[in-house]
Amino acid sequence: MTQLASPPTTVAPRAAASRSGAWRRRSLAPYVYLAPAMTLFVLFLALPIGYAVYLSLRAARVSGLGLGKNSRTEVWAGFDNYARALGDPDFLASVGRVALYGLLLVPTMLGLALVFALLLDSGKARGRGFARLSIFLPYAVPAVIASLLWGFLYLPGVSPVTFVADRIGVAVPDILSSGLVVFAIANIGLWGGVGFNMIVIYTALKAIPRELFEAARLDGCSEAGVAWRIKIPIVTPSLILTFLFSMIATLQVFAEPMTLRPLTNTIASTWSPLMKVYRDAFTRDDVYSAAATSVVIAVATFALSFGFLRLVSSRAFSQENS
Amino acid sequence: MTALSPLSTTSTTGPASHPVTARPGPSGGPGGRRRRLAGGFPTLVLLVGAAYCLLPVLWVVTASTKSPAELFSTFTFAPSTHLWDDVVALTQVRNGIFWRWMANTALYAVGGGLLSVVVSGMAGYGLAKFTFVGKQLTFNIILAGVLVPGVVLAIPQYLLLAQVGLTNTYWSVLLPSIISPYGIYLARIYAAATVPDDVIEAARTDGAPEWRIFVSIAMPMMLPGLFTVFLFQFVAIWNNFMLPYIMLGDDSLFPVTVGLSGLLNQGASQPSMYSLVITGALLSILPLVALFLTLQRFWQVDLTSGAVKG
Repeated sequence: MTQLASPPTTVAPRAAASRSGAWRRRSLAPYVYLAPAMTLFVLFLALPIGYAVYLSLRAARVSGLGLGKNSRTEVWAGFDNYARALGDPDFLASVGRVALYGLLLVPTMLGLALVFALLLDSGKARGRGFARLSIFLPYAVPAVIASLLWGFLYLPGVSPVTFVADRIGVAVPDILSSGLVVFAIANIGLWGGVGFNMIVIYTALKAIPRELFEAARLDGCSEAGVAWRIKIPIVTPSLILTFLFSMIATLQVFAEPMTLRPLTNTIASTWSPLMKVYRDAFTRDDVYSAAATSVVIAVATFALSFGFLRLVSSRAFSQENS
Repeated sequence: MTALSPLSTTSTTGPASHPVTARPGPSGGPGGRRRRLAGGFPTLVLLVGAAYCLLPVLWVVTASTKSPAELFSTFTFAPSTHLWDDVVALTQVRNGIFWRWMANTALYAVGGGLLSVVVSGMAGYGLAKFTFVGKQLTFNIILAGVLVPGVVLAIPQYLLLAQVGLTNTYWSVLLPSIISPYGIYLARIYAAATVPDDVIEAARTDGAPEWRIFVSIAMPMMLPGLFTVFLFQFVAIWNNFMLPYIMLGDDSLFPVTVGLSGLLNQGASQPSMYSLVITGALLSILPLVALFLTLQRFWQVDLTSGAVKG
């Protein structure tokens, strides 16, 4: 770093004279640095979480005919909203769809990301700069725009697959039909996410000292052997974190199915759990039920995240920290 | 933060650069040929991956040149000559509201990203370079924040902002975008790694006030790392759909994602809208693609650097 500012020119004696004052200022300094972040953290993270929990335990009671200003009052509802949320067939169906979506998306995306990263790192392929940039490019495309592009490409009138199939007289199934639409949505997630995860894994691969596998190569270890026995074990912490972040993102899928909805009638308004939260809060005006469902999603995310980290941390991180 | 240098591992220049094939022995010749064949398959896999990723981008470029009538009739990737007509028609929608959406998106992403960098940089520096009561607790709370599913917060955030009358304003999208637990986590790593304690101590001995040490000494040292924090937050805000979708009702405040999604909904009754949506999609990704191509050397994402350097 060359932009080091020239040292301040205050004379030393003055600093010594006010040392106790400086010490007090310094001991306050970290709180000043953290104040904006913690204020925003409390206002936009902690408080909303607390408010969601509070709302999830409340309900609106309608008195009389439900007309007039004071006919709706808020009362304690205990765990009624949770019981309703967890027993709601729409919610359970949305969880099932998202589970299938995640099972399709996450292993495919991370598997391909790992393969691409290893191929980029092995130095055996041509056109690696071009491939790296092209595969990373979709990360620059917001999920809404990506869904829009793929949504049109899925339409039979636009799809190149349908175009070619028509010419040669083959019937192809409509990917937006109710049985296949989960593949259509998973494909959008795959397209948008594979490049970012590839870059994460590739960065980790680049950090491995070359000597580690030069020796193995000289001993006759094949490129696949080097990848399997040396590279993959070393980048396992990165794989774990990409898996974790992909899992969290999967549970929150919202933009893709919401954008595709105008193009097909096979995506219900409660296709994903978060879409159900949105519908309950804004279409049905039932923020209490929406809050309970939000809390269930958040708790499930935490449980899955920590459960997964506990499961893998003993293997992946312990050797590194020891 | 160093530039990616593909040169250091390039070995496409021929067998001479493969150390193994240079080994003496009867297997040298066939080994070389097998190695060249093996080079063909990785290239093919990467090219198929690149083609898959470029396909929709190629389509949006050609589809933007089609007239509404051609969109559903000509071959998917056949270009046409109506790009300018589509841009003009898109600009005429509600007196050029599309361009307003683009400006709004830039405001949310750049403004939110910059504010986020300042807040994260300060917090990261405070956590990395001071010892104080509650430090570990603060850091653990922020780490837990990384795992909070962000969009689950959107509805309670909406209800809280509604109570203070801030929904349907620029602030309702900007303020929640500033706090980034992951940005703070990264900034802490960068501060710990790049700002030496001796330099801070020397400046203190010289009597420099704390804010001055941060602004003129620590910030410049952390700058490359903070730039990465900015890019992350910039993309996260640009991508965020649910927050503005919930917060905003007035379409003059929409970012381009929410605006285009609304136009797509109108397409059901006015199919000519589809061409405009596609042209809008192309125009909206151009700035981001340009940004990515020019800044690609900053995209080295080390999610685990905390485990190594923290």
